Amino acid sequence: MAVQENRILYRHIDIPDWNASIECYEADGGYQVLKDALKRDRQELCDEVLKSGIKGRGGAGFPMGMKWKFLDRKSGKPIYLVCNADESEPGTCVDREIIYKDPHQLIEGIMCAAFAINARQAFIYIRGEYINGYRILVEAVKEARAKGYVGENVCGSGYSCDINITRGAGCYICGEETGLISSLAGKRAYPRIKPPYFPAVMGLYDCPTVVNNVKSLCYVPYIFKIGGEAVSKIGVPNDPGTYVWGVSGQVQKPGRYEIESGACTLGEMLYDVCGGPFAGRTFKAVIPGGSSMKILKWGEKFDIKQPDGSIKELRVEDIPLSAPSLMSCGTALGSAGIIVMDNTVDMVEAMANLNAFYAHESCGQCTPCREGSLWISKITKRICSGGGRLEDPELLMSLADNVCGHTICAHGEGMAWPVQSNVAKFKDEYVAKISRQLAGEGEARLDKNSYRLI
Amino acid sequence: MADLVNININGDDFQVPAGLNVIEAARISGVEIPHFCYHPNLPIAGSCRLCLVSIGTPARDRATGELLKNPDGSQKIAFMPKLAIACGTKVSEGMHVITDSEQVVKARQGVLEFILANHPLDCPICDKAGECKLQEYSQAFGNCKSRFVEDKNVKPKKVSIGGGKVILDAERCILCSRCIRTCREVVGRDVLGFSKRGSRNEISVYGDDGRDSNYLLNIVDGCPVGALTESAFRFKMRAWFLKVANSVSTESSAGINTKVWSRSNKVYRITPRSNPFVNDAWSTDSSRYEYRVLDSAMRLKTARVDGTPCSTSYAVSRAVEVMAASGRRAVVASARLSLEEQFMLKEFADLTGSKIYAAAHLGEDDGKLISSDRTPNRRGLFITGIVSEYPKTDLKNLAGDIRSGAVESVMVCGEDLCALGLDEKDFKTANIVYCGVSDSETAQRAKVAIPTASVFEKSGIFVNRQFRAQAFEKAVDAPESAVCEISLFSKFMNAFAKSEFKTPSVYALRRLISSKIEILGGICEIPKTGLLLDGKKFAAVKFPESQALHFTKNE
Repeated sequence: MAVQENRILYRHIDIPDWNASIECYEADGGYQVLKDALKRDRQELCDEVLKSGIKGRGGAGFPMGMKWKFLDRKSGKPIYLVCNADESEPGTCVDREIIYKDPHQLIEGIMCAAFAINARQAFIYIRGEYINGYRILVEAVKEARAKGYVGENVCGSGYSCDINITRGAGCYICGEETGLISSLAGKRAYPRIKPPYFPAVMGLYDCPTVVNNVKSLCYVPYIFKIGGEAVSKIGVPNDPGTYVWGVSGQVQKPGRYEIESGACTLGEMLYDVCGGPFAGRTFKAVIPGGSSMKILKWGEKFDIKQPDGSIKELRVEDIPLSAPSLMSCGTALGSAGIIVMDNTVDMVEAMANLNAFYAHESCGQCTPCREGSLWISKITKRICSGGGRLEDPELLMSLADNVCGHTICAHGEGMAWPVQSNVAKFKDEYVAKISRQLAGEGEARLDKNSYRLI
Repeated sequence: MADLVNININGDDFQVPAGLNVIEAARISGVEIPHFCYHPNLPIAGSCRLCLVSIGTPARDRATGELLKNPDGSQKIAFMPKLAIACGTKVSEGMHVITDSEQVVKARQGVLEFILANHPLDCPICDKAGECKLQEYSQAFGNCKSRFVEDKNVKPKKVSIGGGKVILDAERCILCSRCIRTCREVVGRDVLGFSKRGSRNEISVYGDDGRDSNYLLNIVDGCPVGALTESAFRFKMRAWFLKVANSVSTESSAGINTKVWSRSNKVYRITPRSNPFVNDAWSTDSSRYEYRVLDSAMRLKTARVDGTPCSTSYAVSRAVEVMAASGRRAVVASARLSLEEQFMLKEFADLTGSKIYAAAHLGEDDGKLISSDRTPNRRGLFITGIVSEYPKTDLKNLAGDIRSGAVESVMVCGEDLCALGLDEKDFKTANIVYCGVSDSETAQRAKVAIPTASVFEKSGIFVNRQFRAQAFEKAVDAPESAVCEISLFSKFMNAFAKSEFKTPSVYALRRLISSKIEILGGICEIPKTGLLLDGKKFAAVKFPESQALHFTKNE
């Protein structure tokens, strides 16, 4: 069967003659949802989002409606809305398309959400490297302000909210909710400890704050338009909506595909949608949700417990692409960036590449992540340059265990999970590589045919 | 009395005050939770992750909110799947804390291993050895075998901070951020901050390096490892050779609690002693160098009569003769004397019918730990009845009385009369006996000069600006030539009263004082944090101190 795309967030992407201007967006009915929403009750709007059951699209998958519900509305402090556009997860490049090609969709989403939670100031924190995206957004906000969709007295409703756009300075940790809040407030982007710094209570400038991903916010107008009930019926029941899958790596047709959750399996995605592996090659491993999630080995089988209690075996290519099913296979959907590796990839090299990234991006605040990331990176780098020791796989595993769950923010897990899964599933490759090195001398210790990533 | 909550630590039940964090609650319950970044007087950072413990709270039914029971009828405890930091978790009713499970021990070992990975393993040449938290915890909780075979990070060493007051060794730094928070909280501005990131993160100095701050050295006390060391003490003496005496700073009426570290009668350093009612864990930089008076050239080392050095006993006997020679006697009291000495001085003045003079020493109030009254025991002068209103900053009234002939012999306790309005002629008109620590101009001009013991060489009590009586202990022996004021005053009194009582000990004196002066009733047993006296009687006195740390003007 052919997998069908259902473009909701990407409905304007790749349309001929589409451009980022407000006229183009308005001609397609843009900002109508905002105008309608401004006449509705705030509580009712928040309930719609809660009813939709949409999970946050940033990576952690926390239900958006719940996030809004936890917001401390009684403190008397101002409420802030922050749009997290610091998309820096390796293998993820989905928000970029929306920002570059359809910025008004995001601005409408932000204004709808800001009205619903009664925020008087919204922020877009955009990744520093997206400099053109920043310019496009600035221009778009200017257009929207001129037309009365942003700023004082939005659409004559009496409600005012402005949007401020801030650029990051090229730091992965700024995408972490509380790290972003610190950075936005002008401090070093250190994630904050919870408790007491739950963003819903003590967020930006210690005021209640909602931080949502670009895609989550773009979903808001859609929910307001068709109703939470209707959105909850898209895709699988406990993970409604569509996901924009960003497939990268060694497949014939990498790209971004917006598909309803659970509507296709991993195999269908890679073979039918993305055209399968390059000629003469086979798949070896897939990371399903951006580099921080656990890796899946091609050919792996999972014992999945069914609702009736029986156990059913599931092949890796049959995993339906939805948050709960990926979770039951020991990995997670994350930011929906699928990274595909085929049989030419040396898993140790790939791991070393990822580890170098995490060691470079660790903020350095808490001990396990700060020291663990560099240590792990040094070990994999050493193995790749011919100095492997047979005890290294176990050491890597043990270090990753010591990091996992002991850190302030999720960067610790994001760094440890790939190591844990990679070493567990591809230990034979590590052992083979190291044994080859131990048997050889000098130059012979290095694998000549593997291509170097770092 | 604060509200108490019931908690359970490692299976034992305890009652602790509500609002404490788990580290403090465990501490008062006798369970140690190791930690680096947590400091009781600083905001929580939660970054070292050494204090990870298992926390459980009473399980409740999700729908009804009712407490759930175990099959045996006891309360069911829901433990969090992840370990939580004890410093950032507040105790709550029924909380269970586990600090010794396999999970906790493993996490702790892991964190210590990570810290040591890039930390130099050269304790023998590190000045912090012996009082280093990392050393202690590694021994108690660590994994003694290193698995780290990579190259260690290289970071700057011997960085001078604060105009050379502090030396930073960034390689030893464990990035607990205590110094950064100390700068923010105590120094009052960001002197230090983080630069770079990840494992290459290091402490760096921002534009202004804090050399003009009088509170910079507090960052050294806070440092749990050997990253920040005080240049004045660095490599001077091993910490384990030093013995500690609890003392009180004489710098001002704030009464900073201190520890005096000495070996073989030599003081090596002074550090603050934590007192939550006075100075928290902080001290001024200036009070740390008070011990320098001991070796200073300005110290009065030998007794003198008419400018000729002599034995102290001869000088004392001459002083008695000088004071006895005239009936028009005066005593210049000092707020630098201890409470016991002031009491003796008052007795002496009453016995001999001497007029009492005193002078104030004022300076600028910094709003923290230096008050405008630059004497440690001004309140003592009021309590012992030596003065009843706040004195002037000079002794012109004494000068006037000498010139008019109303005073013919004067005994001065430490005050420098020449700086307080007396001139050369007055020293010829009146016979002046000086007893004190410093070889001031007054000591040189006085008829008799007697060296006395400094604050480090005797025990006593000071009453600070809050009317808090604080005891200080003897740290080192006085030089042979010096005599302590209590024994000096009792010799004087024996001579005048023609009696033969022995020099009382400070403890005997305290017993006597507590029976004679009502508000000093409790001074025989002064707690470590001091004893707050009732100062209501002196509410009308115009004390010059302004609002400051733990002190409100109209207390």
